[in-house]
This record gives sequence, C-alpha cells and structure tokens, in this order.
Amino acid sequence: MSGGSGTGTEIELVQLLSPEGERVDHQGYSFSGDDETVKGYYRDMVLTRRLDTEATALQRQGELGLWASSLGQEAAQVGSGRAMLAQDYAFPTYREHGVAWCRGVDPLHLLSLFRGIDMGGWDSAAVGFALYTIVIGAQTLHATGYAMGIERDGLVGTGDPARDAAVIGYFGDGATSQGDVNEAFIFASSYNAPIVFFCQNNQWAISEPIERQSRIPLYRRAAGFGFPGVRVDGNDVLAVHAVTTEALERARSGNGPTFIEAYTYRMGAHTTSDDPTKYRLADDLEHWRLKDPVARVRAYLNRTGAADDSFFDAIQAEADEFAVQLRARCLGMPEPLMLDAFDWVYAEQTPYLAEQQARYAEYKQSFATEDEAVGAGH
Amino acid sequence: MTTLTMAKALNAGLRRALEADPKVVLAGQDIGKLGGVFRVTEGLQKDFGEHRVIDSPLAESGIIGTAVGMALRGYRPVCEIQFDGFVYPAFDQIVNQVAKLHFRSRGRQTMPLVVRIPFGGGIGAVEHHSESPEAYFSHTPGLKVVSCSNPVDAYWMLQQAVASDDPVIFFEPKRRYHERAEVDESATPMPLHAARVVRPGTDVTLVAYGPMVKTCLDSAAAAADEGRDLEVIDLRSLSPLDLSVIAESAQKTGRVVTVHEAPVNLGLGAELAARITEQCFYSLEAPVLRVGGFDLPYPPSRVEEEYLPDLDRVLDMVDRSLAY
Repeated sequence: MSGGSGTGTEIELVQLLSPEGERVDHQGYSFSGDDETVKGYYRDMVLTRRLDTEATALQRQGELGLWASSLGQEAAQVGSGRAMLAQDYAFPTYREHGVAWCRGVDPLHLLSLFRGIDMGGWDSAAVGFALYTIVIGAQTLHATGYAMGIERDGLVGTGDPARDAAVIGYFGDGATSQGDVNEAFIFASSYNAPIVFFCQNNQWAISEPIERQSRIPLYRRAAGFGFPGVRVDGNDVLAVHAVTTEALERARSGNGPTFIEAYTYRMGAHTTSDDPTKYRLADDLEHWRLKDPVARVRAYLNRTGAADDSFFDAIQAEADEFAVQLRARCLGMPEPLMLDAFDWVYAEQTPYLAEQQARYAEYKQSFATEDEAVGAGH
Repeated sequence: MTTLTMAKALNAGLRRALEADPKVVLAGQDIGKLGGVFRVTEGLQKDFGEHRVIDSPLAESGIIGTAVGMALRGYRPVCEIQFDGFVYPAFDQIVNQVAKLHFRSRGRQTMPLVVRIPFGGGIGAVEHHSESPEAYFSHTPGLKVVSCSNPVDAYWMLQQAVASDDPVIFFEPKRRYHERAEVDESATPMPLHAARVVRPGTDVTLVAYGPMVKTCLDSAAAAADEGRDLEVIDLRSLSPLDLSVIAESAQKTGRVVTVHEAPVNLGLGAELAARITEQCFYSLEAPVLRVGGFDLPYPPSRVEEEYLPDLDRVLDMVDRSLAY
C-alpha cells in the first residue's frame, strides 16, 4: 500500500487539498471524483455542521441532556462515509454525526438519543450503521466480528463490486489505549478480516492530550499488528475519501485490514458538559481554525470557479431550513413510556419481567384513578 | 439411548446444533485441534471446519466482542470461556454489549449468543479455575443464565440455548463432566427455563443447580436412612427463575434450604429466599436457609473440600431448618 507503514522517521501525511484550497499531488493517492462530487461533500459538511450547531444550541436551551460535538471533524467523517458502498457497514462511536448523515440516518435519531428518548432509533441493518457505542473502543470488536461474518458469507474477494463488502470501525485517539481496540487489531489481522480501522485523532481524549496515549504516531502502531497504517489529513475531505476508498477496496478484495489515522482536531468541547479552557490553549484552536475542513473546500470551489455565491447561498439556506425543521421535529418527539421499556429487554419475554410490567401498569393506573376521582370532585 | 458423560453430551449437543443451523459458529481458546481443555468440542473443527469452529486469539473480551459482531451479521456464536475465573476480561462486553443490544435497539436487533463457562470447584485446581460467578450474570437484565447438572440436560439445554434468540450464559459444572447417564436423543426435552423436581419429598426442600444437585441428591439419600424425606429441586434456569415449581414445593414442605458453591452473600440463594418468602410466607415453618461457599476468595485447593458445601453441611442446615 502506497501509504506505507511508516517505518522511517519522517511522519507522512496524505493531503490532496491544502488549507488554502489548492489541490496537492500525492504519489500514492488521488481523488477520483469531479467537482460536482466535491460540491456534494461541501453540502454534506455544511449540513453536518449545521446539525451540530443546532444540537449544541438545543442542549444549551435544556432540550438535550448532552451533545457530543463533531465540529472540525466533518471532513474525516464525510470523506470516509462517502467512500462506503451501500453493502458496507460502519460501527461508530457517539460522535460520528457526519457518517450517520452519509449513511442516510435521519438526524432526528441522533437528537432523540441525546434527548433521552431512546438509545438510537435508527434501523442499523437497513442503513449499515450500527448504534452509537458509548463504551470507548468496544465497537471495534463488533466491527471486526461483523467483518468476520462478511468473510464467512463469502462476500470478500468475489470480484463483484456490487457484492464484496467491508466494515469501517470508528474510534478516537483515546480509544487506542483500550484493550478492546488492540484485541480488535489482533483478531482482524489474525483472520484477515475485511475491515478499515478509522481513527479520528482529534488530539484530545476529554482533557488528555494525545501524548498521554501514545509515544509514537498512531498510524505506526499498525505495523506491529501486521497491517498497513496511513496518516491522512483529517481536515481534507478529498484525501480522506481517497485513502478510505483504497483501504475499503483492499478489505473488500480480501487483503485484510488497514489502519487510517485521520489527523484532525476537536474544535469544540468533548461534550457540552466539558470545559476545554481548563486544559488547552486558545492559540491551539486558532492554529487549527486555519485548517478548517469546510472552509478549505469552499476556497477550492471558489478558486476554481466550480461554484459561485449562488451555490453557497443556496446551501446555507438549505442548512438553515434543515435546522428549523430539525428543531421543530426534536421538540415534537413523543415522550417514551416506561411501560414499553419492559418489552425491549428480551426477544422472549420472561414471566418475572412480564409480572413486573403488569404490576407497574397497575400501580400507575392507581394514580390515574385518584386523579380522575379528584377531577370529578371539582 | 446412549450412555454419555456430560462432556460427551455437550459435545453431541454442539454437534447437533452445528448440523441444524449453518449460522451456528463456535469460538474459543483451544477449541479446535485440541478440542478444548475439557475436550467438550473434540472433533468438531475436523468435521465442521475452521470457519465454524474457531480457535480464537487468547483474549476473552475479543472472543465475546467479535461474537457480538457476528451475531449482528446473522450468526449464532457459541463462545467458550476456558475457565470461570477468566470471564472477567469479557465482563464489559457481556454486561454492557451482549446484554443491552436488544434493549438499546428496542428489539430490532437480537443477540443469539451463548457463552459457555465451565464453573465451580472440586477439581484441585490452581486459583481462578474453580469460581462460581453466576450471580453477576443473573443480576444483569438482558441475559439469561442456565446451568446443567446431568448429561441429559447438558445435551438438550445447550441446543436450546443455541436456538434461543436471547443471549444465554451457560454454566457447566466442570467437576461433573465425567459423570455418565443414558441420553435419549429422540426424547422431547423440557423447556430451557423450567425448574425440575429431581427427587420428590415431604419434609424439607433443597434447591440447587449445577454441581450441587448431585450433592443434594446424595444428602437426600443419606437423610432417607434417618427417616427424613427431602425434596430436591434442580433450578436449571438461574435467570429467569422458575418460581412456580419452587413455590409449590415450599408450600408443601414449609422448609427450604438453598445450596450453591458461590459465596452466600448476595448469591442466588438470597434471591430465592426473598422470592420464596414473598410468595409462600404463610406456608413457611422456618426461614429459608442458605448453604454456600464462605465469603472468601476461592481458597487454596487443599482446603476446598472444607470450603465447598458437602453432604454434611447440607444436612446440618436441614437439621437447623427442622429445628424451627
């Protein structure tokens, strides 16, 4: 693989679009899409960012319990998400809002999770996007096992692009310290599973910097597990797309796992409960603001004349309308019923749980009767 | 009818499960060529291939975590944890992922996964090889927990666990692996989550599961010599509990003694005592009493015979129950 396992001392970073919006040549990778495709990614990223802004506002207004911002990571998520085919499957953390968008998950479901309505209302199997996983790194094993299942289904290396499938396991820099992630690397490598390990190194695991997780660039860890690792500019949607496309193709064709380290930055707080001013410098943020993933695509489209203001205005208008609709739908979501939760525990309900449910229904009903009685008295 | 040891009965059950459904896969350490350290999977990799009988890397969380992924892909993984004390590295995957995926997806995703765990002491092993961690799992909503006590149940219950759309933690009493019984492979098995009266009696009810069922039967035989008629119930299902059989017995005898190897504090016996008291309060002649391991880490094997409940400890508790 042209990205190499990085055995040398020089740290490689695959970049195809500079922060100023200029196309950059790379020896090993190129972006195959046309400008219409790039405009599509721009729209994806703007809408993902608008979703993030609206969700953050909803949290601040008390409408969501929590929100995990994806601000600054739009290129890593849209670039990789758009590299997937319909038959592929993604296993996200709780921050992959841009990937969810690319997979066709209704963004309302992301809000319903953080509003405490449910734990992810989308149909994972239908969209090829697993439920968000909060336990750090646990999903990388699920992704690996799912990939082992694809291989057992005979859907790797058939040569039929409509059939061959692969998995992306998403995780962050902090997760690379988890046992599960390292075990996932070993299982994937040992069974040559069709998987791409996609690490968004956003530099921060809540308050702990990457230096607390690793003494070497993360992508170089892959060499120790026996598969290639590549570091890509995570704020460059074209490079992320190119690198992920190649890694997925490699997996689908039976050549096993790849580790992608998307080098990016968490522009916001870890979640709405976090206060990054306590542990990082404003300068850092300013430095990364110059590498903004959305701005550089806009600069590119502007510079090349592929899009003009009417395009950008239309996208902005769409984003604003999207936010208005999303907000209204969020506030209009019906409250979940405690009584229903009893039905979700088992495929085959147990007598004891059914009994608890019935008793609770009866208990609740006893209040309703009192209320009615009180009401009748007035 | 075939005479089988429990280990062979489990093997035969797994073989039938593999034959019945091509989506059934086995995963665990040393389960392939070696056939497992207890030979429960002997010959299965040879007959079903490395794709279905998977020798896993030495990582318990990895075994369960990848099985979750395979289950999401439509497979029915049967994972072997080599020894009870080694299940803890997989604890997060079991209680946070396996147990909750059906719930989190509001029933959209099933988790038809079995975790086989040889458990309990009495084999003179080094530490971490003799533990009884069943209460942790029985306490966890979303899991079902069962234990077989004899070759017939071993054969049928394992197949039923594999066929279950809910995750099942399957505890195998390793010290009973070599006990034999006639297994009728054409019989109709009883339901997986049902308790069973294995010895009817009228004076005191003993409730046990897994390795302690035999201990209770031996105790009942000894008590019979003294003119006491003990009823023995094999719980079989630890979660959910089949209270109907136990309550019926408790109402008849008025005296219940629970028996397990696990430490008594917050063990299965505690839940049984509470539930029996709730349901049979006016029938009880004595409080529900518990025999179990002491509240110690499992001790060195030279003293395990004293640590583990045995015939004398069971009968001593029967005497106490009758003294009320």
